[in-house]
Amino acid sequence: MAALPILILATALVPAAITFFLPQAAHGVRNGLNLGGATAKVALVVWMLVEVAAGAAFETRIPLAPGLFLLLRVDALALLFLALSAALWLLTTVYAIAYFRGKPDQSRFFGFFGLCVAATTGIAMSGTLISFFVFFEMLTLATWPLVVHKQDRASLDAGRLYLGCALPAGAALLVAIIWLESAAGPVAFTEATDLDALAPWAQRAIFALFVAGLGVKAALVPLHGWLPAAMAAPAPVSALLHAVAVVKAGAFGIVRVVFDVFGIDRVAALGVGLPLAALASVTIVWGSLRALQQREIKKRLAFSTVSQVSYIVLGVALIGPAAVTGGLVHLIHQGVTKITLFFCAGIYDERAGVKRIEGLDGLGPRMPVTSACFSLGALGMIGLPPMAGFVSKVYLGLGGLQSGAPWVLGVLAVSSLLNAAYFLPLLYRLWALPPAAAQPDEQVWGLLAPTVVTAAAALLSGVVAAWAISPLGLASLIVERDYLR
Amino acid sequence: MIPGDGAGGALMATVALPLAGSLLAVVLGRHGAQVAGGVALGVGAAVAVLAAQVAGGGVLRVDLGGWAPPLGIALMADGLAVAFLGLGAVVMAAVVAQAAALFSTRGGESRAGYGFWPLVMVLWAALNLTFLSRDLFNLYVALELLTLGAVALVAIGGQAGPLAAALRYMVFALMGSLLYLLGAVLLYAAHGTLDIDLLAIRAQPAPPDLVAAGLITAGLAVKTALFPFHAWLPPAHAGAPAPASAVLSALVPKGSFFILWRLWFEAMPDLAAPPVLTLLAGLGGAAVIYGSALALMQGRLKMIVAYSTVAQLGYLFLVFPLAGGAGAAQPWEASAWTGTAFQALSHGLAKAAMFLAAGLFVMAVGHDRLEGLRGLARTMPMAVFGFGLAAVALLGLPPSGGFTAKYLVMTAAFASGQVVWAGVLVVGGLLAAGYLYRPMAALFADAAPGPLTPVPRRLQALPLLLAGLAIGLGVASDAPITFLAIGRPDAAAEGL
Repeated sequence: MAALPILILATALVPAAITFFLPQAAHGVRNGLNLGGATAKVALVVWMLVEVAAGAAFETRIPLAPGLFLLLRVDALALLFLALSAALWLLTTVYAIAYFRGKPDQSRFFGFFGLCVAATTGIAMSGTLISFFVFFEMLTLATWPLVVHKQDRASLDAGRLYLGCALPAGAALLVAIIWLESAAGPVAFTEATDLDALAPWAQRAIFALFVAGLGVKAALVPLHGWLPAAMAAPAPVSALLHAVAVVKAGAFGIVRVVFDVFGIDRVAALGVGLPLAALASVTIVWGSLRALQQREIKKRLAFSTVSQVSYIVLGVALIGPAAVTGGLVHLIHQGVTKITLFFCAGIYDERAGVKRIEGLDGLGPRMPVTSACFSLGALGMIGLPPMAGFVSKVYLGLGGLQSGAPWVLGVLAVSSLLNAAYFLPLLYRLWALPPAAAQPDEQVWGLLAPTVVTAAAALLSGVVAAWAISPLGLASLIVERDYLR
Repeated sequence: MIPGDGAGGALMATVALPLAGSLLAVVLGRHGAQVAGGVALGVGAAVAVLAAQVAGGGVLRVDLGGWAPPLGIALMADGLAVAFLGLGAVVMAAVVAQAAALFSTRGGESRAGYGFWPLVMVLWAALNLTFLSRDLFNLYVALELLTLGAVALVAIGGQAGPLAAALRYMVFALMGSLLYLLGAVLLYAAHGTLDIDLLAIRAQPAPPDLVAAGLITAGLAVKTALFPFHAWLPPAHAGAPAPASAVLSALVPKGSFFILWRLWFEAMPDLAAPPVLTLLAGLGGAAVIYGSALALMQGRLKMIVAYSTVAQLGYLFLVFPLAGGAGAAQPWEASAWTGTAFQALSHGLAKAAMFLAAGLFVMAVGHDRLEGLRGLARTMPMAVFGFGLAAVALLGLPPSGGFTAKYLVMTAAFASGQVVWAGVLVVGGLLAAGYLYRPMAALFADAAPGPLTPVPRRLQALPLLLAGLAIGLGVASDAPITFLAIGRPDAAAEGL
């Protein structure tokens, strides 16, 4: 059993390592390998879910140096993130295979794609700060070749900006970790860390370094600039970046730092929760405002991500049970909803050549499946019941009241209004405006099927939110079991 | 201990084999590559035997001719020495493989092809001797041989630029040798011995020994290209043919640094006063910043990689205030010591990988100006991937030997309260990202490459292999760390 975390890592690492050396023409082998790995990962994660529900624990230690080891450990929070990444990886692989048909450099793409997923998986399963850091930096590096994949001017500029933000962030994170550990010893997420050896100002400084280090990936304002630029990447990369890999790694890290490194009591005592919540709120509003100004579909979606990912941070920073539940469940809800939107944006671009919102005019009836999915995703982002996004917002709002921060309701209201303001015009263009002359063909099942599945998930996880096995059920379980002892 | 068993023989073989090979290569001329290949296999086997012996039976000492110091000269293989012998063997094997293709005699003999093999092997023998010898005069001889081989390798192409660089290298190196020799003479006059272990007992923290130690340190600092004595290094390392550059950058400065390390940690640990140690680390820190800043301004790939060597060598000097002097008794000493050894090993592997990759790019496009590298990621994916992995190791990003090194040294810096050295590590890492990003971006740029000379895949595999080892050093660093601790003076039982 102890090997299960390693096996899960291997499902992504091994296909990636082999894929690098495959010639471009070996389509069958490459697709088989990657689909096989992704399917195996889903199967293993499901198995793990069953085992964890039955009370099993998974822990693997890989020694690196005396006193330094990688700890892979699966708790309920890890499982939440793992399940998301496993499911979305499989779907994105199906999508990417269809998307890249006939395009060059496929072996390089799928190799780094696999590495990226392996790093995300490692982040989910990391049981210590240093393990987290190792996979976090692996993710930074594995993502760069994906961002610059097209190798054109815009991609390279985006890649430079990405590294320019992510590498200093990694340095800040490393300093925070070593500063902390030099006083408190190695930090494992399971045990409470005794930080009293550090002066309060030092603890606050370390917390700030953590937020800065993780905030770049989580696209907190003012560290968010790289994310909209990274839109130059191919659609499957954007989908992965926004839904599960990079931004989620940052948000997930902030969750870990607040709950498992500092602990909620200490965060409250240090008074750093409120500034973090304020920063998240600013990001939520600013991201939405900027989204409103964008005329490119993917850019608009990117700024929307900036805004939406901060819901997670906001929920965690507010600390109350409902807020945390709302934040954690948004990890899943934002993932499935946003990936749907990016899948759709990719289909519009690929099949109809539409990149800007003006091009959407009348496309609804012409590309009904894609447009229906897009509409579902947009409504989910606005938070219309019964979509998943509604559930997140309800819990966040409740949490704000519980934590004595009623202003959160205001932030949510403004954000929802802005969400509506930048998504509804798109739906209007899609369905209400007269269609253009061209008749694009959306019938590529490899692109459509994953999109339909994620759109359905975005709808269903809202509809069945009351069930125990829904994302909300899992998030509530995590909060009850681990954080409100 | 008297040699005679297999391990003692293996120890001698690491020096004797390349020396014999060098002479043989002079005689056999055009078959130099085959001779070097044989020597590489032989030394590789000898190092393996030594490693097994040291791992199993601890430190191995051999008194040459059966005469113990102070009458004779001792050679000693501890964990550190064998690790560096291993680094040399791995890098040399890759260099021999690439040079065999580059200096192929099939298209007629060239002076470079003829001269390379004897020189590189004599250099290798000298290098191995610097890792093993326990006598400061014997070390001087090794150092001179090392320098002469290195200078000649720079000049081997015969073009005007590298010749001037070699001359400059020679002037600096001779100055360094003189300083070193002067210091050694003072020590010998005072104590009647130059054996490291005897000096450890006899040396006094008083002016005469301090002056001697200072002279030796200055000499070695010049040879290690420590800021501000670094000016000779970039043109020399960039001007040499790529396989020679790999040897010069990955291995040669490690030889002189190794002696410096032995001097301050083993021969005269009591002389290490805080101002001296801080000065060394300060110069190292300046080397990191200044070398990186200059690397940022270069327009040629090999110059970037060469300036990166100046910066990366700077990190090594941070060990002195962290692990030397009063720090030696502290719990963080082991972290700093091991981290620095890791930095040297990881840099050796990564830098060799980079220069070999650069050599392949030059082979393909005919020059190493950055704009000429555009689009090579498509045509030479393996070499580019190797270059990228080597960059990861040099940046100190996980998982790589460079990261393990950075983690250990930074931990020691925080634990000892000398946070400024942690700052050097952070800034140096970011600057390295800056100067290595430029070639990576060029390699990935979308451009139809001009006419290319095809480069065989097996040559592309060499940098990938070396860089993979630099990464592997970080993935499995437990065993090497345990191995390095064998025979360490006053080894703290546990690190941080």
